[in-house]
Amino acid sequence: MSGAELFFYVLAVLAITSALAMIFTPRPVYAVLFMVVNFVAVALLYLQLEAPFLAAVQVLVYAGAIMVLFLFVVMLMGPAPAPLWEHIPAQRPLALLFAVGLLGALATAIRKGAFTPLTGTMSSAIATAGGQSQALAEHLYNRYLLPFELTSLILLVGIVGAVVLARLPRQKNPTTD
Amino acid sequence: MLADFIETIVKILVVVVVLLTGFAYMTWFERRVIARLQVRIGPNRVGPEGLLQPLADGVKLFFKEDIIPAEADKALYLLAPMLAVVPSLLAAAVLPFGPDVTLFGRTIHLYIADINIALLYFLGLGSLGVYSVVLAGWASNNKYALLGGLRASAQMISYELAMGLSVLAVVMLTGSFSLVDIVEAQAGGRWFVLMQPLAFIIFVITMLAETKRAPFDLPEAEQELVAGFHTEYSGMKFALFYMGEYIGMIVISGVAVSLFLGGWQGPFAEQIPLLGVLYFFLKVAVFMFFFVWMRATLPRLRYDRLMQLGWKVLLPLSLANVVVTALAVVARDTGFFGLLG
Repeated sequence: MSGAELFFYVLAVLAITSALAMIFTPRPVYAVLFMVVNFVAVALLYLQLEAPFLAAVQVLVYAGAIMVLFLFVVMLMGPAPAPLWEHIPAQRPLALLFAVGLLGALATAIRKGAFTPLTGTMSSAIATAGGQSQALAEHLYNRYLLPFELTSLILLVGIVGAVVLARLPRQKNPTTD
Repeated sequence: MLADFIETIVKILVVVVVLLTGFAYMTWFERRVIARLQVRIGPNRVGPEGLLQPLADGVKLFFKEDIIPAEADKALYLLAPMLAVVPSLLAAAVLPFGPDVTLFGRTIHLYIADINIALLYFLGLGSLGVYSVVLAGWASNNKYALLGGLRASAQMISYELAMGLSVLAVVMLTGSFSLVDIVEAQAGGRWFVLMQPLAFIIFVITMLAETKRAPFDLPEAEQELVAGFHTEYSGMKFALFYMGEYIGMIVISGVAVSLFLGGWQGPFAEQIPLLGVLYFFLKVAVFMFFFVWMRATLPRLRYDRLMQLGWKVLLPLSLANVVVTALAVVARDTGFFGLLG
């Protein structure tokens, strides 16, 4: 087994076990931390696939920013584990159905997908662009500009929604006391 | 191949030893300088001028009783101090601290790694540093510690944004995330502080906030929170938080120097490489003095003011700076200025 393979298997096991641990731990703070471990393991896999930009962004955005917010909320909810109740009727059978469906879709996609190593056109495209981040930027801001801008619009909707929800209701009569 | 490996190991050892020594002597430096600024004398009894004080402190901390609160979450309580040190040490890997040196016919780069995404790597590790503080506060099972931890996470997330955007202005000017490239782009005294004064000021302010130093030391405000997130820690675990903080200060100063003050560049640095290393350390030392000076000078901000400064002042300013810089870069690259002249 080569060093790269060993590296991959260690990371893969780490990613899968941390994902399972995240689901099965009853304590919310630990669940958040296992998810961080999972994100870091996936980031290292990206690094092995020679996508350092994606790896850095994965750590910076998911592990560093979003999960810190999760942790923040979980801690503010207090040390007692929140009771887990099921909101939707027949939640478990539905979840099973969706899980099997997702697994099927993924399996078909993986069977159909062509996995070719990073050679020829792609690596030369990276070389001509002058680096991984540059090549990514060129695609993102030219070919995929519209989806990119639409994503930012969706995020903007989220921000506006948060502001509307968080705003105190305007008082009809200013209080006099 | 083997020689490369040995070279990297040696460089890592040197950087770690320098950082740890820097941490130890920074505590001495800070106490002496603050004492001077407050018309006191400071530690001067252990060794000449108190130079052996850090050693004595280290020995004392090793022999302190190691206390774990009964109701603490033990695993996370032990993990938090480690997480305080590791990201700070790892971040040092991308700092270029001198020009290339030729030793025994072998060109040695004075940095551990020149990666394509050095700045993102640095910011990513900085954002992971938040976990140590938050987990320390939560795992201690102490209300002051928890409040300190929550404050720290809010503060660090808020200021990270402005820091990232101020760095982005420099990245746009050079077209590279690599600190080595950025330092090289500042050759001949064209320091980016001259082109990006606003980004520099924002970076320095956010740098104080990210390292939780005065006047942004609210997470450990002693008058209201005992000692904040590390209230319950004692002995070497307590020392590890300080180690993380001081090494973080050194590394972030190194990044600031590389981004805005030309890194190791200076007169004759290309000819005599050791001079470059000296310039780099002197520039970092200026920043370290600045950290201490600020602590002795400025009172602590109020918490709501801190948040307002971050979100309502620094973030819009840094965004505006990015927009203006982007326009200028496009104008430069398309020869717009040439059309005018």
